[in-house]
Amino acid sequence: MTDTTPPAAPPFTLPKYPGGTGAGPRPSAALTPKGFLARNPSVLWFLLALAVLTVAVTILSPAFGMGSMSTSFVKTLGKTLCLCLAALAMDIVWGYTGILSLGHMAFFALGGYMIGQWLMYARTEEIVVQSLATSPIPATAQEIAQGVGTQIFGVVGGSDIPLIWSFAHSLPAQLALVVLVPGLLAFLFGWLAFRSRVTGVYLSILTQAMTLALSLYLFQNDSGLRGNNGLSGLQNLPGLAETSQDLLSIWFFWASAAALALAYILLAWAISGKFGSVLRAIRDDEARVRFLGYPVEGYKLFVFVITAVICGLAGALYYPQAGIINPAELAPIASIYLAVWVAIGGRGRLYGSVIGAAFVSLLSSWFTGGRAPSIPLGFYTIDWVDWWQVLLGLSFVGVTLWAPKGIGGLFDRFRGLRTPDRKGAPLGPDEGSLQEQEAVE
Amino acid sequence: MSALLEVSGVSVSFDGFKAINNLSFSIGPSELRAIIGPNGAGKTTFMDIVTGKTKPNSGSVTWGEKGQSLLTMSEAAIARAGVGRKFQRPTVFEDQTVAENLVLALKSPRSPFAALLFALTGEGRRRVEALAAQVGLTDALPRKAGELSHGQKQWLEIAMLLAQEPLLLLVDEPAAGMTLAERELTTAMLVEIAKTRAVVVVEHDMEFVRRLDCRVTVLHEGSVLAEGTLDHVTKIPSVIEVYLGRG
Repeated sequence: MTDTTPPAAPPFTLPKYPGGTGAGPRPSAALTPKGFLARNPSVLWFLLALAVLTVAVTILSPAFGMGSMSTSFVKTLGKTLCLCLAALAMDIVWGYTGILSLGHMAFFALGGYMIGQWLMYARTEEIVVQSLATSPIPATAQEIAQGVGTQIFGVVGGSDIPLIWSFAHSLPAQLALVVLVPGLLAFLFGWLAFRSRVTGVYLSILTQAMTLALSLYLFQNDSGLRGNNGLSGLQNLPGLAETSQDLLSIWFFWASAAALALAYILLAWAISGKFGSVLRAIRDDEARVRFLGYPVEGYKLFVFVITAVICGLAGALYYPQAGIINPAELAPIASIYLAVWVAIGGRGRLYGSVIGAAFVSLLSSWFTGGRAPSIPLGFYTIDWVDWWQVLLGLSFVGVTLWAPKGIGGLFDRFRGLRTPDRKGAPLGPDEGSLQEQEAVE
Repeated sequence: MSALLEVSGVSVSFDGFKAINNLSFSIGPSELRAIIGPNGAGKTTFMDIVTGKTKPNSGSVTWGEKGQSLLTMSEAAIARAGVGRKFQRPTVFEDQTVAENLVLALKSPRSPFAALLFALTGEGRRRVEALAAQVGLTDALPRKAGELSHGQKQWLEIAMLLAQEPLLLLVDEPAAGMTLAERELTTAMLVEIAKTRAVVVVEHDMEFVRRLDCRVTVLHEGSVLAEGTLDHVTKIPSVIEVYLGRG
């Protein structure tokens, strides 16, 4: 991109304007540099809440405390924190930048697949080495590889280790891939889409197509990732066969909480300054931002890639707690859920997305777990396992229509904030620029 | 005098309709110019071409002393090179405060990384305060731009344009929807700005153009019909016919 520096224009004076009344420039508090926490009061509250939760779960966990909480519930909470992390990323890309990506769970799942490859390979290798140790002749590397291949790929009728498993023996390599694979895919996709100025609903459809295509590809047995079987046994950490799941679950909970806290601080920092201001400006009127000299496509690509990487990392923490990953995790509906969580929690504010993801996903597992009492109506019984989806759909419509700020909007009531009502007038100079409904916080 | 902006032989057509037909235009580094013409004369398309929004089918658009072509540059790169544009409708970021709007526009490196690490310096702060004072928005700095009145939004956008420190300002119908007093102020401001940089005003309000007291370019059906002082061009029969003659 060419960037010519214009010669410095000489200073000039201007006539007075209405309201200007000859008063010279006065320092304004609005421009006074403020500390990080002063600009982001939610960070302290968020970290406090997360710390309280972590301590509470640790005390109640079977590993360290009273054990009044089951291991599986610790895992559920840990997984929820990972979903909150993905929701944070979604909020940046959608709530702040206005890109309604309906494909971010693909990056989440890819992160899971990448860490899953190492977990599965290393663990299987351990077992194979163990079983071959009883034979009189020490096993050769080839025999071990063959054993691993048969163990992992027997279900899809193969025993050769596919090329994409080349680095599966190495944890550092697969950790690098957790970042690189979602990052590169997002870069490629974003570069093509944003360069062609694909926006709005068309971009959403493209992202859906991306995640669907990826899912269908992974369903094939010869994709090299075990087709519809996916990767399993991910809850067992290689080298830690003796460690109980009680302990592992709390470790992963801590790691998830730490990742969420770190991401929250970093993202709050990024969006509280001018960067966030540019993102919100792009969301509201990207043509205008272009005429201010900002490379809008560059910003979008940057945000798309960073959030994809965050989703990849979240997935890498999620799936060892879930224990299994399969191509259904990349189904288009997964990414739509992510958008629904953020919408219900409140777009355009970080804590909103976290609240939405935690609230809706926990409620979802309560309803679909069969613990919610059915409602007998006499002629029909509302069984929540089936009807939960309907309830979720209705609440999404309700939130969109009557509470566009979501649950997070409740916090504004306490602070007495209000948003100007533009009655749906276009925000930008062009026909077809974002409307109020899309741009509102 | 070398030209700041040189548009020569530019043509652009939309679905066979020639919006701009072999248009040539040039403006010096500190000049005020009004472009007038009936509806559909290609005034807005002309601005779109200069700012990179529309790519012409033929012709050249060169910028600055080095004669750099604007045709290969993106809108953002053209804006960074020093072309500022004011839209007819005030376009400010309603969801952000007046201060944030001005800081966004303030001349600074535009890359994502630069924005991440951006910190408002004392000088930048003084510049924002000075601009806000000039347009009477000092007290409005912490308020959201969406809460401002229509007139105040116009002033905010003008302040944003000045914060960008452009070398060339393209102003689309600045007088639209303004009161008489506001028009007078706008005229004075445009004349003042044009002392140090180039200003192109697109307008079809003759009274407003007369007050600007500058060279006038008359566009008709995508090409230049006449150029000169307002008194000069309004005496040319073809101008009277295509523009003034139509009541």
